[in-house]
Parts: sequence; structure tokens; C-alpha cells
Amino acid sequence: MNKQVDLKGKRVIASKHVKLGQKNRKGQTYTDVNDIFYKAEQTPNFLTGSEVIKEAIRRASVGTSVAYPITPQSEAAALIGELYAEDYLDEYFRGESEFAVMGQCAGASFGGHRVFTTTAGPGTLRAMENFPMWAGSRLPIQVCVTCRGINSPLSIQPDTLEMHYLLETGMLVWHAETAQDLYDYILKGFIVAEQPDVHVPIAVCCDGFFVTHTKDTVDLSPEELCLTPYNPYESPVTCMDMEIAPYRMMRDPFVMKSNYINYSTHASWQQEIKAAVERSRKHTIALLDGLIDEHNSDREILIVTSGTAVSQSREAIRLLEEEGIKVGLVKIKTVRPFPYEEIKRATKHAKHIFVPEFNVAGWMAREIKSTIPDNERVYCGPHVAGGMTMPSEVIVEEIKTHLGIKTAQNSR
Amino acid sequence: MSRMNIRISGLGGQGAVTAAHLLAMAANKDGKFSISNPFFGAEKRMAPAESYARIGSERIYDRGELVYPDVIMIFHPQVITMQKSYTAPFYDGIKENGLVIINTTDDLLTDEDHKRLEDLNVAVLNHDATKLALEIGKTELSTNMAMIGACAGITKIVSLKALDGAIKDRFGKKYVASGGTATLDEAIKKKYAKKEMLLKANMDTITKSYEIATEWAEKQDLNLVTV
Repeated sequence: MNKQVDLKGKRVIASKHVKLGQKNRKGQTYTDVNDIFYKAEQTPNFLTGSEVIKEAIRRASVGTSVAYPITPQSEAAALIGELYAEDYLDEYFRGESEFAVMGQCAGASFGGHRVFTTTAGPGTLRAMENFPMWAGSRLPIQVCVTCRGINSPLSIQPDTLEMHYLLETGMLVWHAETAQDLYDYILKGFIVAEQPDVHVPIAVCCDGFFVTHTKDTVDLSPEELCLTPYNPYESPVTCMDMEIAPYRMMRDPFVMKSNYINYSTHASWQQEIKAAVERSRKHTIALLDGLIDEHNSDREILIVTSGTAVSQSREAIRLLEEEGIKVGLVKIKTVRPFPYEEIKRATKHAKHIFVPEFNVAGWMAREIKSTIPDNERVYCGPHVAGGMTMPSEVIVEEIKTHLGIKTAQNSR
Repeated sequence: MSRMNIRISGLGGQGAVTAAHLLAMAANKDGKFSISNPFFGAEKRMAPAESYARIGSERIYDRGELVYPDVIMIFHPQVITMQKSYTAPFYDGIKENGLVIINTTDDLLTDEDHKRLEDLNVAVLNHDATKLALEIGKTELSTNMAMIGACAGITKIVSLKALDGAIKDRFGKKYVASGGTATLDEAIKKKYAKKEMLLKANMDTITKSYEIATEWAEKQDLNLVTV
């Protein structure tokens, strides 16, 4: 088991992997994740999100990656192919569809590899059946979801509706705001997902184009340091063996029938997966410095959201501040586990809670409404959908209109 | 904080996305904060393609489609004449004292367009970027370089030295892009015997365009934002 250590005042997990400190075939040193992020010097680079995915995977000691092209993740998938050509990965190949890819990922993970793949929008939905299968089989696979529109008519631009479909799959679901988040979350995500008391898959989500195709400044850890490898012997379930649970459940007649043993077997296993997601909190809080970020959350007007909507809100807050309207911000970093307690506490003093979202459903606002008392304080919006941009000015306008402040637009 | 928002509207294959990335990379090299991103539908030549570069004195958070730009660059006349743009008219949202640079030999604006832009004190430069690209870069694929040069010449938002560095980063190293961009990268590289010649041709196109635009700007009564 992992020991707890104290570093910079944070309780973090330290790797005890047998290869810690040794070099891999590329000359990289297997290093504890804490040392990679908190001890080593981070160097600023000006990169697209796709390039950042490549740089994270270069340092992630990934065994297998499976690729299938779909915008906006195709470049990242191709760049991981470059890493394979440079011998950073053991296996890399192209699946026949997203459904096939996720099945192949499961195979590689059952076999004991650290596995990474990427998908987006319609691809995520096509692959959907596999995600609860991964979770139920306790496979700590990481999929990077570069969100895009899922509906017809077609859109390749970002829309976070697909994340809503992931919420009850039993996976960890994290939402990166920027390319920097994406880099950090990919590397730290493996470590959290692979903890023996967690050991479920993780979806590291970002908004397509606004993160993947945007050039931004990102601090990278040294190329010479990589994560310690996945240790399959720390899995809380046995290696795939059809005679032993949980895999035996798949073939055994008694669970395949509709009876109470079947129901209770499934119910208890589903509860265990949910509990595993909840158990990831302590590791995530240590590595991500909390499940939420807060800026002036004691203010009466708050914006609470995740992903690019946070970036747009930061700019909107700057614009509102110029007019003397003070607004606080709560950034949600993990959607599963959902930061119930943190949000309840952070919104305690708020009279108005705005939830801007890049989807028409407003699922994040619903999650927040189901969490906090006096939820009529929550204003669901502004919303954009189908890949539309959410200009900061739109957030400003909607906040002012809701608060009854006259603007050139709303008094027309 | 000071900020310049640049919106580039072009057609697929013209390098509008590359142009925004280069401007942002150059601004970064000049020590400014910058962020750039593309916006397009199905990836095909001659389809509308936009890109945005935001450059500022402080950390920039917002991204995506630029609704209120200070500078608009139009890479192809069809953006205006065939409405191949995400906004109608193409200058919708431009800020007061803004700048429009159009790659054209002819005036493509209606009287109403002129009036609306004049009311906002927006300067318009009709700039034959494709001609410069053909003359100096020896290929119309360098049109984006001529447009970047004009933008830098008028706004001084990035230095020539930083642009030179950005071009070396973008074309001098291995770069994995989407299929369409990779094909065009290969096409342009094949036109030159050596990579250094491509880098030089690009930079020469930028520099010449920069000089022409600087000369034009000196004759105007511009009141552009500075970063």
C-alpha cells in the first residue's frame, strides 16, 4: 500500500514502485509524481492542447495506446503515434471504430498495461457501452475526451453534453480548463485512478478546439522524468480469470438469471464502484490541491462552473469589476467525484449563483441545484450549444440582466 | 490591462490558422501574453476558416470565436463577396478605432460599409498580399505571410525578430498537424530545395509587406490600441 507523506503542507501519495529511480529504455528516470510536479523545475512552453497531450504521454510510462481519428482529438492521437515511433510506448495501433478502440483498451488493461486513448463527441457516444464495463472490471484506463457536439446537424466545435453521459459510468470525470490543467490532470489522473482503493477508469475531459487547438503557455516538467509504471499486482481484483469474481459474474448462470442473488450481486458491485470513485477524493485533493478552486467566493454574486466556461468567466469578472460589480468564482475541477461539500461551503454566502455552460441541457446547473440549500439562488446560464463561442460579454450581459441592471442591449 | 484582439477570416488552405498561431507565438517571444485558436467546419479548401489571436499585457483567459475584434484581416475576397465568413457583415463587432486589412486589389466595400466603418473610425487597407506572395515567396501559399507582415507593420504588435523566431519554430521543426495542413506543409516544402530557403522566402515576404504597411500607416491618422 502507499504511504502518506507530507510535502509543502499537502498530504500526498508517494510511489513505492520497485522501478522508482531506475531508468527506462529512453533514459527517462521513473519518478514519484510529487517530485515531478513539486520538486522538479517546470519550464514554460507555448503549445497547442494536442501537443500538450503528447508531452504528458511522453512522461506517463504508458504501455498501450489505441487510436481512432475523430476531430478534435485526431492530432493528439497522431502525435502519440509519433511517440510510439520514438519508442516511448510499447504498443500503439488503430482500432476499427471507437467501440473497438475501447474494447482493445480493455484488453490491454486486463493484460496489465497502463492504457491511454483519446476520443471526442460522437466517438465518445459510440464507445459508451465500454465505459461502465471498464469501471465494473476495475480497469484504470485513461481516456482523454476532447468534447465536441454530439447531435445532428454535425458540429466539430466544443459542446460539453457528452460529459453528462459519462457521469454515471463509474469513471472518474475531471474537467480541464486549460492546456495546463490538461497536462497536470493526465499525469496525475493515472496516479489517482490506479490507487488500489480507487482503481477505476478516468475520463480527463477538455473542451475541443478551445483547449486542443489553442496555443497557450504551459509549464512542463522535465522530459527526463517519467511516472513510475502501473503495477497490475496492486489491482484490488484478480487478473482476468473467468473462474474468479468479478469476471466470473459475466459467465456464471446464477448471476445471468433474474433472481435476487443476481440483483444483490449487481447492486453491491455498483455501490462498490461508486464508493471507489468517492474514495478517490483524498488522493485527488492532495494532487490537484482540492476538487474546486475558489476566488473571492465570499461575494454575493458567484459564478460556479467548469472547463472553458471558467476561462470565459474570468474575463467576464474582469469586465464586471471595471464597472464596480464584484463577482466571485468557483472552478469545479472534478465532476466525478462531485465536490458536494466543497460547493455547499463555497456558495454559503452567495445570493446569486450563475452557471455558464457549453451545452443546452444545463446539466452542471442541475448538479449544483441538487447539492446546495435554497437552490433558487442558482441561475442556469448563460448557455451556448452546438459549438458556439461564449463571449465574456454575453456572460456580463446575462448577469446584469438577471440582477436588473440596465444595459444598452436589455433596454432596447 | 491592454489587449489587442485579431480576427482572421480566410478560406481553407490559405493558412489563416497558421497565421494566428504565428502571431501569437511571436507575441509570446516578445514577452507578451497571447493565445490563438482556429475556428472552422469541415476541413476543406476554399471553405470558410477563421482564426483568432489575442495578445495582451496580462494573462489572457478567454478563447474561442472573437466577437469584438480590434483588427480584422480578410485573406480572400470571397470572404466578402460570397459571404464566406462567420459574421455578417464580415466586420461585425469591430471596435472603435479598429483596423481592417483586406487582401484585394479592388475596393470590395459598399458605400454603406464605408460609412459604418468611418463612423467607428476604423481604418481600411486594401493590400495585395497574394501578389507580394507570388513575387517574393514565389507561391500564393505565402499569402498568409504577407498578411502577417502587414498586420505587424501597422500595429507593431509583434517584432520582425519574433516573427522570424516563430517561423523557424513552425516550419523549421517537425510539426504534426491535421491531414489538410500536413498536405499543404508538404506542398510548400517541395517548392524549395532546402528548408532554409522556405524560411527565408517566408521572412522576406513578411518583411516587404511590413515595410509597405508601415509606410501606409504613417500616412494615416490611426488611433489603434497598443499592447
